Amino acid sequence: MSNVWSMIGTYAIVFAVGGALCALAEILIVRTKLTPARILVIFLIAGIALEGVGLYDSIFKACQAGISVPIVGFGASLAKGAIEAARTYGFLGAFAGGLIRTAFGVGAAIVMSYIVTLTFSPKTK
Amino acid sequence: MSDKTNAVKQRNERYNKYVNTVTPKTSMTKALLHSFLIGGLTCIIGQAIGDILAYSVPSLSKDMVANITSMILVTVAILFTGLGFYDVIARQGGAGSFLPITGFANAMASASMEFKTEGLIFGTSAKLFTIVGPVIVNGIVWSTLAGLINLWILGMY
Amino acid sequence: MFSFKHTKPESMSKDNVSVVPPPTNFSSRKRVMRFYNTPRIIGRMSVVGEKESKGPLGKYFAKCETDDKMGEKTFERAEIRMFDTAVRGAVRDSGLDIKDVDLLISGDLLNQMTTSSYAARDIGVPHIGVYGACSTMTESLLVAASFVDSGYFSNVLCATCSHFATAERQFRFPLEYGCQRPPYAQWTVTGAAASIVSTNNADTERFPKIVMAIPGMITDFGTNDLNNMGAAMAPAAMDTMCTLFTQTGFCESDFDLVVTGDLGKLGSDILRDLMRERGMKLGQNYIDCGNMIYDVKQKCYQGGSGCACSATIFNSFILDKLVKGEYKRVAYLATGALMSTQSCYQGETIPCISHAVVVESPFGGECE
Repeated sequence: MSNVWSMIGTYAIVFAVGGALCALAEILIVRTKLTPARILVIFLIAGIALEGVGLYDSIFKACQAGISVPIVGFGASLAKGAIEAARTYGFLGAFAGGLIRTAFGVGAAIVMSYIVTLTFSPKTK
Repeated sequence: MSDKTNAVKQRNERYNKYVNTVTPKTSMTKALLHSFLIGGLTCIIGQAIGDILAYSVPSLSKDMVANITSMILVTVAILFTGLGFYDVIARQGGAGSFLPITGFANAMASASMEFKTEGLIFGTSAKLFTIVGPVIVNGIVWSTLAGLINLWILGMY
Repeated sequence: MFSFKHTKPESMSKDNVSVVPPPTNFSSRKRVMRFYNTPRIIGRMSVVGEKESKGPLGKYFAKCETDDKMGEKTFERAEIRMFDTAVRGAVRDSGLDIKDVDLLISGDLLNQMTTSSYAARDIGVPHIGVYGACSTMTESLLVAASFVDSGYFSNVLCATCSHFATAERQFRFPLEYGCQRPPYAQWTVTGAAASIVSTNNADTERFPKIVMAIPGMITDFGTNDLNNMGAAMAPAAMDTMCTLFTQTGFCESDFDLVVTGDLGKLGSDILRDLMRERGMKLGQNYIDCGNMIYDVKQKCYQGGSGCACSATIFNSFILDKLVKGEYKRVAYLATGALMSTQSCYQGETIPCISHAVVVESPFGGECE
């Protein structure tokens, strides 16, 4: 029974943190003249910085998907890959590590985009 | 001459100030609520996929679970884009739909679909990264930097 | 008579923010072209997309395309097709044959004006391309009227078109990209329109005549928001409108209708404010095509924009009323924003222009 409650707690935190991050980005859009592309890059670099200073892991333990699904998580895993590879292969590893670690998602996105492009066409609404 | 440019500058400043006061603003509470709900929901779906994966295939490592989760999220978002309702959701969701990894996938798929008419090489393949390009480029540059700095600091001790 | 619902912005400038009159010199330069041989508009055609046909003016448009690709492979081809339909429709409407047309003056929004050039290739008429962004229709009418008035040509076609999907791709984002539009954005009109300007003679004197035109002046008040076209273009409209009311000898009440192109709701409210600042109050006879073309329920934010926005309304609703004599004199000021995506990313502000033509009903004297 306590298992169920802890799960609900986790999901509530995931919802709250994920939602709060998106709401923060929305405030940036409405209040400043930043474009979505710039905001994405800002959050991405924030993720890289969090991982770089070693804070990301503890945040992830607490928030789970709440932090890893937004682009912050993408940045963190890029940085994590680069740091780990740099430790294993020396400084050359830093150039490859980020790509290696995120290759699953990016690869899937590219291949799926290609397939979807072959099947569907854009529509006006 | 400088008098005239000054006058123009002053006029422009005042005009822009005036335009700012009359331009309708997005209703903040509604926009925030929508992006909170949709962003939160996307994260919950991501969490659920991860939990189900970890539960049904216990042999998977934690990293692998995360990888497969993001692959599934990306695939679903791209399918939604192809079927033509991701942008309908996004019009409500705002930041809630472009900040999660699904927004990244949507940006990629929408660009590749849009430029299909220019052919698969110069259209789809060349324009695939028009919107997500900044994310990928900055991600790689800054993560490499993070890796190098990390190595350098470690080397000092 | 058609009645317009106005939200009257009596005092929009809150917080005592007043707009300074621009330091442009209105008085010295002569800017009005008068056409003493009164070229006539003898044929017209408007084609619109489905969304526009569901708007409040839907029943006036000559043709409605329900499929946004019109059976073509690409949106660009569809735009060419629409353009072709409009041109041929206008020729048919005037009772002429395409062989009788001496010149086609046209433009559109796409890079290098591909749509009008490609369509002109199939039409087989000498072609002059003009670019005035959304003001293209008045620009081509102005050029056509001066050619016809001076006797170089007797039948000149003016045409323009725009398409939501092609304009989105060129100026904004892919169609399926999930992005939110700010509440002050506008919606590009899908449509094409054409009219035929002819010399005045016994056969054509029952048609509306172009009596004068004012070439616009590039006006830039330093706005740089790509989405807020209305605010960028309103000063250009003000500049031309001031010339119209000070140099033509007509004042605001001499016109049955003063029409601006695609300022949208916000832009036309700003224009009212700007004109009030200059001591000219715009009344009920001022309307804006961008404000009229869509219904509030269609969720098009501030209204329509694009070349076709004012062109389709002018070539349907307004010319209909002029032919019937319900309107005696109409001033038509289309506005255009002359930026590109590159110039905007480079931090440039948006230069805008507004050309005006004054069209009179053939029954001017008798009905009054």
